[in-house]
Amino acid sequence: MRVAVASGKGGTGKTTVAVSLALALAETQPVQLLDCDVEEPNVHLFVRPEIAATRSVDKLLPRVNEAVCQRCGACVRACEFHALGLLGDHILAFPELCHGCGRCVLVCPHGAIDEVAHSLGTVETGTARGLLYGQGTLNVGEAMATPIIRELKREIRPEFTVVLDAPPGTGCPAIAVLRGVDVALLVTEPTSFGLHDLAAAVGVARTLDVPVAVILNRAGVGDDRVEAYCADEEIPLLMKIPFDRAIAASYAVGTPLVDALPEWRERFAALGKRLEAVMAR
Amino acid sequence: MTEVLFLSGKGGTGKTSLAGAFAVLMDEKVLADCDVDAANLHLLLAPRLVDEGNYEGSKAAEVSPDRCTGCGRCREVCRFDAVSAEFRIDPFLCEGCGACLTACPAGAIDLVPRVSGRWFTAATCFGPLASAELYPGEETSGKLVSLVKQKARALAEDGRLERIVLDGSPGIGCPVIASVSGVTSAILVTEPSLSGLHDLERILGVVRHFGIPAYLVVNKADLSLELAERLETFAADHNLPLLGRIPYDEAVLQCLATGRSVVNEKHSPAGEAMRAIYQRFVELQSDFGTAGDEPTSHRVREGKSTT
Repeated sequence: MRVAVASGKGGTGKTTVAVSLALALAETQPVQLLDCDVEEPNVHLFVRPEIAATRSVDKLLPRVNEAVCQRCGACVRACEFHALGLLGDHILAFPELCHGCGRCVLVCPHGAIDEVAHSLGTVETGTARGLLYGQGTLNVGEAMATPIIRELKREIRPEFTVVLDAPPGTGCPAIAVLRGVDVALLVTEPTSFGLHDLAAAVGVARTLDVPVAVILNRAGVGDDRVEAYCADEEIPLLMKIPFDRAIAASYAVGTPLVDALPEWRERFAALGKRLEAVMAR
Repeated sequence: MTEVLFLSGKGGTGKTSLAGAFAVLMDEKVLADCDVDAANLHLLLAPRLVDEGNYEGSKAAEVSPDRCTGCGRCREVCRFDAVSAEFRIDPFLCEGCGACLTACPAGAIDLVPRVSGRWFTAATCFGPLASAELYPGEETSGKLVSLVKQKARALAEDGRLERIVLDGSPGIGCPVIASVSGVTSAILVTEPSLSGLHDLERILGVVRHFGIPAYLVVNKADLSLELAERLETFAADHNLPLLGRIPYDEAVLQCLATGRSVVNEKHSPAGEAMRAIYQRFVELQSDFGTAGDEPTSHRVREGKSTT
């Protein structure tokens, strides 16, 4: 089973749920925990992994050989991202606009372009409290998160139960995580923002044909429109986590919920079973 | 022009609540919701739609089956795994780069523009609002953010308004970089947790990378005094001025549930803290949106973003 813990809105409790679910399931089965929120990876703060291997994730940037280049401009015209420009007698490359697609290399009639690797971030792998662990980290100042997520997902071990902590939102990074998982566990809160963004996340998951289930965090404050929405849409609401200062305090210092309040351990183990049922529907 | 952007790195720290408070408190401004993945600012502002349009931000490759010879060159050159074994293109994986089109010897591939979302302008009691929505599963959120900012600047010009309040998205990647470009200041909203501290370091790195003056707000400050102190030490060490602390206050969540701004609540400690933060911010901006301000005088290096 591959479970992506996702949400439209940020800060609803994805990491809390992903860490607690992984730790609870690890008591009975091999579990792999992947932090796919590569812009702001936080799982490591809760499970303190031992990293065994680090590798760079690169984008290939064009390098124009001025001696061979005939200034024909074919590369400039071909680039869909305006990452190349012809200025006077020079081809200028704008690395921050480049997607690393290699079309300029293909299109150059003179073979004047080769490519150099530029690091976007890293993928790190190791172990944490009996879990197989992996995380991606985008370098500060870089824009492209998805290549790191794709590279991290190559670490997925089919024989493991895999828990993926997804980034918030419904854009390309969230899609890169949700694609190909067996179930999306969407964490939300009982506010108008939570409801609005939950509906967007459900839209993405359904577009990708991924079954969804919901966890309502900070239950008890706000209103019951999220519950009404889940009922209307026939989305299983698998767990409610109340707002509790003790939960917030343990989160603050990086203590997983299942450690701080052990009664949650059984609840998260049971959640695993219920997710299997959602997948089977 | 003064452009104030709310960012946080970590999601759910209270960007939109504070942006909403600034919307209520500040005069003569345009509002822009740059969180196109999960746009929420409008939920606080009861907008009346003025104008809207399609957003064609990207292209996707399409194979014409009748011309395809099945040679597989497209699949070889695609770096985004978007070409299936049957030589069909997955629109969600396709970056729209056209490498396959260049490689195809049979001329069987076209790049087709696609509608990836919609932009909106609206009138609210607090000023004009520019916003957008990215369709589920679509990419190119950075370009859509840039479009929202263009619309907001046009609204400011039309209304002769000198200030724009921009609500940003979580993270540090493409949409955030697009939102940062060209703003005059960034208010970083964080919360007292290890995650909040870790994510603040990274978002501050991005904001400083683009040379934007930054300010800090610690939200839910009383949920962990230890981490609140560590955040403030971090801020002092990094010359990041603290605008204030907001206490945890259930009134904020109740206001979010009903789509109101907490600064209008009587006796709300969070609402009072937000008023004080706004005052402090205005004090620190010596030439805060004054008339005759040269529009480009605060412009710092324009950032660029991909997608």
